[in-house]
Amino acid sequence: MIPRHILITAGALLVLALGMAFYARSMRSRASYESTASATQPVTAPVSGPVEQVTLYVAYDDEGILQARGFRIPLPSGRQQRAEEVLRALIGLYLDKSSPHPLGMGSDLRGVYLVDPQLAGPGVEAGLAVIDLNGAFADSHRSGVLLENLMVASLVRTLAANIDGIRRVKILIDGHERETLAGHADLSNFIDVAALNQMSAQLASP
Amino acid sequence: MPPERSTRLLSRRRWLPVLAFVCFSFSSALLLGTPDHPQISVFSALANYSLPVTQHNGQDYVGLLELLDPLGNVTVSVDRSHWKLRYNTTDLEFTADKTRVKIGGSDFDLPASFVLENNRGMIPLSAIPSLLPRILGGPVTFHAAGRRLFIGNAGIHFTAQIASNNPPKLVMNFSSSVNPSVHQEAGKLRLLFEHEPIAEPGSSVLTFGNPTIPSASYQEENGMAEISITGASPLFASFSNENRTLTISTTPQPQTASTTPPNPAPVATSRHFFAVVDASHGGNERGAALNDQIAEKDVTLAFARRLRQELEARGLSTLVIRDGDMSLTLDQRASMVNALHPAIYICVHAASEGSGVRLYTALLPAAAESHGLFVDWNTAQAPFVANSRITESNIAIQLQKNQIPARSLQAALRPLNNVTTVAVALEITPQQNDIHNLLSPAYQQAVMSSVADGIAAAKSTLEGAR
Repeated sequence: MIPRHILITAGALLVLALGMAFYARSMRSRASYESTASATQPVTAPVSGPVEQVTLYVAYDDEGILQARGFRIPLPSGRQQRAEEVLRALIGLYLDKSSPHPLGMGSDLRGVYLVDPQLAGPGVEAGLAVIDLNGAFADSHRSGVLLENLMVASLVRTLAANIDGIRRVKILIDGHERETLAGHADLSNFIDVAALNQMSAQLASP
Repeated sequence: MPPERSTRLLSRRRWLPVLAFVCFSFSSALLLGTPDHPQISVFSALANYSLPVTQHNGQDYVGLLELLDPLGNVTVSVDRSHWKLRYNTTDLEFTADKTRVKIGGSDFDLPASFVLENNRGMIPLSAIPSLLPRILGGPVTFHAAGRRLFIGNAGIHFTAQIASNNPPKLVMNFSSSVNPSVHQEAGKLRLLFEHEPIAEPGSSVLTFGNPTIPSASYQEENGMAEISITGASPLFASFSNENRTLTISTTPQPQTASTTPPNPAPVATSRHFFAVVDASHGGNERGAALNDQIAEKDVTLAFARRLRQELEARGLSTLVIRDGDMSLTLDQRASMVNALHPAIYICVHAASEGSGVRLYTALLPAAAESHGLFVDWNTAQAPFVANSRITESNIAIQLQKNQIPARSLQAALRPLNNVTTVAVALEITPQQNDIHNLLSPAYQQAVMSSVADGIAAAKSTLEGAR
């Protein structure tokens, strides 16, 4: 015959195990709900500012061309914030379902850093801009000489067209230097905006 | 005769055979090209070279700096008994007379002690198979008995078969050009490969079932490979097919029109090439996935080899710098091209989008200025970019003449900007969006024939610029 105190202990353990199972299940559903909810939240605060006309240089993969298109978007007053908003508008266009140059899910801009012209001096170059993209942007970008160069030209031309005084641009991925965007377009060097303008003129027509 | 004089004469006579033997040995060594000192031969995609081997505590040793130097960026610092080496991004620390090595923070044990002699760090040859892959980050094959080291996929394979019985001919086909020294001896013909990475055949003895040329044997010794063909009567060798085919027969064979005489300096870097073709990507770097099965690196290699064939058919000597599935950095590619001083560098890429061929010249980055002899690496292409664009235009015209769509562009595409000669990149896309077109020999032929025509048309410009 099983002693009574053992039966009571076994019963208590069974109740505890069932309780833990229910608790774990409810925690899992809650975590899943929270991750879905956070994915739909905007990453940055909505932009406030007057709606302005901007020029976005858009890559069209099918024709292999880069074309300037006018858009009206709200822009903040700060130079750096304006640069970020213009590039976010461009990336948003590429993330759209009807994108002429599809980007992978999660592709985003981490930030744009501009040298304040008033702070320029020895060792600090006026006209320098750094575009910092996230890892998903580069990792999911399609590989190819033309496709990658179209994207580089699109980012740099758009930035230079909307922010005055940009002469050299460096593109980083997750804050670090990367050799190429997706195996071809060189990201290890500073891009000369004047030289890139010549290239984008060639890309204007197929 | 005075006794002193007779002793001197006797002494001279006694020395005469010894002197004759020394002269014979020396001349034989010269003739056979056999080095009398122990050496190790290293074969890689970048360079083939030999290094002296020294003995310490009864074991064979080689200098590690000399071994790695032709393969990448190496720096060494010595701090008393500590010898620190940096190879590309890998740091190693050795201690004199110790077996323990630090490689990027982790420990590794050599089979015998590290030797530091006059600040020269040396490792035992027996450590090569386990140590080198950790440093180079890729496979190596070491034939310890023959002291032959193959890095990556370096290797020239060969086949040998009797092609006809009357008169009997043995035809040996090699996967790349070879330039062995040929020695005729009684009953055999010896082919000595000093600089070529001849890969060991499946069996060291090959039998042909022919009474006149019954067999051949393969052996490796002191860094060299030797194929010895036995014959019932004297055998003669002739080269053809750009030194890729060797025909051995009992009668001397006339050299074919395409035969090149054996090159006295067969190391690739010592030859002068008109064109250097670069099959982009390779090894672990597959390039674009053109579809689920086709990787860009395979397509570029096929097109690069086809272009070499087309250029050589037009009398333009050509080297493919990635003639196999191996990894090369962009800096390594540029350095190789700049060391070879060709008239033109053509870099081959492939893509699935578009139609025809897109041609690129360098979009020069914003960079530092060159000062005198010191050329800025990132804008080294600057003095050549005008001629690169002329050549790009010539190639585009030839492609369009042959109904292949062509588009000329600039691109931020390394290593175009690092190359100190005319440099053009091709991005080849299929016709009618059929990706399998890229694998079609007919399409490869059509594209590369036009490209070769364009390069040949610009020959005078290219040679002038050189």
